[in-house]
Amino acid sequence: MIIAFLAPALIIYLLFVIYPVTQGIRYSGYDWNGLKPLTDWVGLGNFRKIFADSTFIGAMKHNAIILVLSLTLQLPFALALAVLLNQRLRGRAFMRMMFFAPYVVSEVVTAVVWRQLLRPAGFLDRTLEAVGGEGLTQEWLANPKIVLYSVFFVVTWKYFGFHMIIMLAGLQQIPAELREAAAIDGANWRQTFRHVTLPLLGPTIRVSVFLSIIGSLQLFDLIWVMTGGGPINASNTMATYMIDWGFRRMQIGYASAVSVVVFLISLVVALAYQRWVLRRDIAGALTTMGA
Amino acid sequence: MTAPTRTKRKATTAGYDEINSRLTRVLLYLIAFAVLALIIIPVAFAVLGGFRSMGQLSENPVSLPNPWVFTNYADVLTLGTFWRQLANSAVIALLTTIVVLPAASLAAFVLSRYSFRGREAIYTLFTFGLLFPVTVAIVPLFVVIRQISLLDNPLGVALPQAAFALPLSIVIMRPFFRSVPADLEEAASIDGCGPFRFYWSIMLPLSRPVLSTIAVIAIVSSWNAFLLPLVVLNNATSWTLPIGVTNFSSQYTTDTARVLAFTTLSMVPALLFYLVAERQIVSGLSSGAVKG
Repeated sequence: MIIAFLAPALIIYLLFVIYPVTQGIRYSGYDWNGLKPLTDWVGLGNFRKIFADSTFIGAMKHNAIILVLSLTLQLPFALALAVLLNQRLRGRAFMRMMFFAPYVVSEVVTAVVWRQLLRPAGFLDRTLEAVGGEGLTQEWLANPKIVLYSVFFVVTWKYFGFHMIIMLAGLQQIPAELREAAAIDGANWRQTFRHVTLPLLGPTIRVSVFLSIIGSLQLFDLIWVMTGGGPINASNTMATYMIDWGFRRMQIGYASAVSVVVFLISLVVALAYQRWVLRRDIAGALTTMGA
Repeated sequence: MTAPTRTKRKATTAGYDEINSRLTRVLLYLIAFAVLALIIIPVAFAVLGGFRSMGQLSENPVSLPNPWVFTNYADVLTLGTFWRQLANSAVIALLTTIVVLPAASLAAFVLSRYSFRGREAIYTLFTFGLLFPVTVAIVPLFVVIRQISLLDNPLGVALPQAAFALPLSIVIMRPFFRSVPADLEEAASIDGCGPFRFYWSIMLPLSRPVLSTIAVIAIVSSWNAFLLPLVVLNNATSWTLPIGVTNFSSQYTTDTARVLAFTTLSMVPALLFYLVAERQIVSGLSSGAVKG
């Protein structure tokens, strides 16, 4: 009986998750284009090549930059808005609905629309000119020095609402009595926030941080559609690098090695974060839903 | 920022972290409206852009269309491609949900209510999958899908999506199933109710909220999925909307207005779904992320 109940889930899980992952580890040791017999064993050659490739190192740096910006700008922004929506404002439900809406819009649509907004002499540049900011117009997506920050802005546009909702849920779980007690003791709003709200929000923030880390490391759709990783690799991430090698150049062996590297980095970060930061908060689940 | 003191507060049921000074409240509204504008402008730009001619779009992309051009939307809506991609997306989202709901709930059911050897090992195997988003496994996954001849087949997208959705679904369902009292099961078995009857007639009806959470996550993520359909669906007739949007936009690079019309129309189903099921979607997608 137990086997019969477990069978459907186990079969598709083993076939489409576990088996490919183990195969990926196997392919990573070969020079393989995906079609010919799997014979050209290269040992750790692919991995050596990956870490010798400055394009991959650059892609890793871009992931790191997005990650750091997400943690230092996007999450505080999301927290500020969560605090704001926790006030009794008119139209609060409407605002909450609108702020979350970008999360429901696909990354592809987001990328196509923002590519239009940010193109030279596009909506953003024209708006800047109209308000007297001619000097500020930029090649938002074509300048290698700027493109990554433009991408980060769009990532924030799409994902801050998600983190805001998580933090808002956390805020609403904090008993009002605690804040009342602080106020009765003479604490002002800022002191209450700093010494009561923020510490109690700790577990929620740590989950948000975790999801943001994993999301930043896996970033793909948005960049692939908006910039293709360019110009001159300036917005490549590990994932766009992997897809480029796997499906444009059909180097399945090499791309598998890249995916092993991406996986190991995510795994190490996830386990380290769980071990040292999350251990008290969640019972061992790791998820991958927000960037 | 002003710091309202206790004496200024009205004795209401509101929390004591309320920011009550009038100036601050005006500031809060200003911030909220600025963010609101930042969200609405890109969407409005896409919707209105579809009503412009190419000339208008390059000369004046900011104001309202003048005159309003309806041919872009009309062209897309009379295009067989758009409707076929819409249907493909819907079929794949439905298939994914139809596979993941029974598979995950049956597994979570035995993993939560029966003890047997290897139970925790199997559960751990499933939770392990939380570390493999499709992105990381896509290269070898493509090879597997090709081996079993599911390329260009809706199932080639739906089955892997369901498989990758299992870990989170099982992690969300198990505590829920556990919380159903054992008395209920005893009473049912006294009445001659076997495990499957118990699962089907008692557990599932009781679990409607959690099942709709799983369904919402499956539908939204399938609808928006890009990478897996990109590598699995090569034949243009099997493309889903996200693939269609990217191809349409690279095919008509010069006809931006038409691209915006296509993009807007592809966004409509997701936004309608969001309007109808906002509460379930918000709680589903965010609880899905946090539940441990």
